[in-house]
Amino acid sequence: MKALAARRHHRFAPVVLLLLALLVTGGVYALLAPSPASADSASTQDIETGKKLFQANCATCHGPNAEGSDTVPSLVGVGAAAVDFQVSTGRMPMAANGPQAIEKPAQFDAEQTSQLAAYVASLGTGPAIPTADQVDPAKGDAASGAAIFRTNCAMCHNAVGAGGALSEGKFAPALTDVDPRNIYQAMLTGPQSMPVFNDANVSPDEKRDIIAYLAEQHDGSAGGLTLGALGPVSEGLWAWVVGLGLLIGAAVWIGAKSS
Amino acid sequence: MSTTTTERAAAGTADYLDQRTGLGKAVKEFARKTFPDHWSFLLGEIALYSLIVLILSGFFLTMFFVPSMTLVTHDGPPATMDGVLMSEAFSSTLRTSFEVRGGLLMRQIHHWAALLFMASIVTHMMRVFFTGAFRKPRELNWLVGTTLLILGLAAGFTGYSLPDDVLSGNGLRITDGVIKSIPIIGSYLSYFVFGGEFPGEDIIPRLFTLHIFVVPGLILALVGVHLFMLVLHKHTQYPGGGRKDTNVVGFPLFPVYTAKAGGFFFIVFGVIALMGATMAINNVWNYGPFDPSPVSAGAQPDWYMLFLEGSLRLMPGQGTEWVIGGYTLSLNILVPAVIVPGILFTFLFVYPFVEAAVTKDKREHHVLDRPRNVPVRTALGVAFLTAFIILALAGSNDLIATHFSLSINAITWAFRILIFVGPWFAFWVTKRICLGLQRKDRELVLHGHETGRIVRFANGEYIEVHRPLDDQERWLRVNYDAHRPLEVEPATDSRGVRRKGYKQDRRMARLSRFFYEDRVEPVTPAELEAAHSHGAHDEIGAAAGREEIGSGSTH
Repeated sequence: MKALAARRHHRFAPVVLLLLALLVTGGVYALLAPSPASADSASTQDIETGKKLFQANCATCHGPNAEGSDTVPSLVGVGAAAVDFQVSTGRMPMAANGPQAIEKPAQFDAEQTSQLAAYVASLGTGPAIPTADQVDPAKGDAASGAAIFRTNCAMCHNAVGAGGALSEGKFAPALTDVDPRNIYQAMLTGPQSMPVFNDANVSPDEKRDIIAYLAEQHDGSAGGLTLGALGPVSEGLWAWVVGLGLLIGAAVWIGAKSS
Repeated sequence: MSTTTTERAAAGTADYLDQRTGLGKAVKEFARKTFPDHWSFLLGEIALYSLIVLILSGFFLTMFFVPSMTLVTHDGPPATMDGVLMSEAFSSTLRTSFEVRGGLLMRQIHHWAALLFMASIVTHMMRVFFTGAFRKPRELNWLVGTTLLILGLAAGFTGYSLPDDVLSGNGLRITDGVIKSIPIIGSYLSYFVFGGEFPGEDIIPRLFTLHIFVVPGLILALVGVHLFMLVLHKHTQYPGGGRKDTNVVGFPLFPVYTAKAGGFFFIVFGVIALMGATMAINNVWNYGPFDPSPVSAGAQPDWYMLFLEGSLRLMPGQGTEWVIGGYTLSLNILVPAVIVPGILFTFLFVYPFVEAAVTKDKREHHVLDRPRNVPVRTALGVAFLTAFIILALAGSNDLIATHFSLSINAITWAFRILIFVGPWFAFWVTKRICLGLQRKDRELVLHGHETGRIVRFANGEYIEVHRPLDDQERWLRVNYDAHRPLEVEPATDSRGVRRKGYKQDRRMARLSRFFYEDRVEPVTPAELEAAHSHGAHDEIGAAAGREEIGSGSTH
């Protein structure tokens, strides 16, 4: 004790104290924070853990019972598909308010996500997470998908899913690297500005056709570099920058050689 | 041995032709024709060579394209179009792209060449405009060139619509709307163009005839006129020592320009082929066969039509459509799609004549202006370019929104304000820059280059030594016309009778004041003389021990 008391005015004492405080805070957090480790396969267990996760991470906005408020949607009846879409793409929990929730690295792993989904699904019936078979691009018909995509999706997402602008800073994201499961879920649940394409509008088979059409785009274009697949504006920009740039360069070279 | 045989064969053929056509005279004349050298004189050549590439690749494409709107079920690649109902035009485009050997390459070369054709025409016109190459005797050639620009737009538009995909069909739908917006005759005209209600079954064959026959025929004929007048007038040249309105300083067509121009053709062809081989353009199978209902995000025309798209996007819709006596006046389309391009093309067509009228200059000009020496012309050109660019950006507002994370509504409002403010601001800034550069030139001519050498006189005075300009440098800066505003003759003649045309003269004088009120006169020999005697100490050069140093009275 005396040794401690003697050193309490040592110039490193504040640093040591700070480190200790951080260690204690971290330790307490690790003990009290919701832990995914104890989840087992039992559904009721999942729901229980999901509820804890929800209350720790989502309830601030969506309310303790997911009932929502004037500005925040209620999650009763949105189904597991909506939760899986929003959480696995990192859109929820939102990092900041903005025109729309932005895709970012997911905060929860697959197991936690499924627990959250199980909890929200238990609040009221809603669309379920599609099976692997439902979203398998190999089983869809790309030609039929192209036709359905053209009439239902291309006006916001661009003809090959390169994305497009909506009003007031909102946008339809690019679909190039989106997981087929998420594409299916988005159609089913209509996240943010997107309308719902339920199974009466676009049947499950047609949804799979759309996924097959989008998978076709992964190979790029037969014509070479896609230039963002944005259409004539980017083509015009490249014609001026690359084409006319090279040609004016050549003209300067030819004009300079003799004089 | 073989060389002599070749030579003899060549000489024989030449002689045979000369005796029957008198070709020798023309060859002799042409081979000695002199052209001045400058890179900007090659911009028109880029347009000419892309036109040749367009004709060659277009010829290939007509071998496989079927201009028909008859519906067929497409059978074959790509997978996304297999078994889809579409017009024969679209199906044959897909077949050209995926089944004809080299077909896709040809399509892409054709399209890139079209974009470059228009881009090089615009840059060539910019060169001609800013250097005043449209002045007498070349006003008519400027009109031919502007007509070629419009024909280029027509060729692009008709060709763009041929594959009958969704994107080009959207463009046709807008065209239909524009035609219908013309008061009274609009709907009749639309039925006339499309052979019934849009889209009908006639438009693709009609556009095909225009695209491969009428428009290129007119372009070729006018290119012939354009080049004939170029040879007739002789080429303009940039100002410089020894270059006058009565001579052409440069190199002969043969062998220098045959080599340069011939080589440049292969460079242009090479660049276009490289682009066609590596960069995808207008992948019509992405858009799918035309159907009037879908419009995809990012639906825009090729860049040269983008300013029209932009002006349509900027025009507010509410309150701009009126029904008068049973006829609809659709200002929301009429203003952006008819009046805005009308202003642009009227400006291009009349400008040479307006400038000639306010200048009252009847002389021939073969030496080009430096843009700074005609500030209002340069500023007007920049103002119109600014408007064109703002409209083209407005036509891309959705892509600006997604790529820079901005609100499309905010962008649209910003452009609505900029389209009125931007050109005026650009005019003012450019004019000021030009006048500033002219003053800088005067300064240089009168005082010479700063050398950084500080010399102290015996009486303690310090001066910086200025090196006078050499003759070439001075020539460039003093040989230009600073036109003055026109003077109006009195309203009445000597007998007090009112003079006819006085009001017209006064209007012209007012316009002339707008052009030439602010001007910087070139340095006159007298001014130069005065400046030199005034600043004689500036010319002490390296002779440090000269006697004036002692006097110190010259300052």
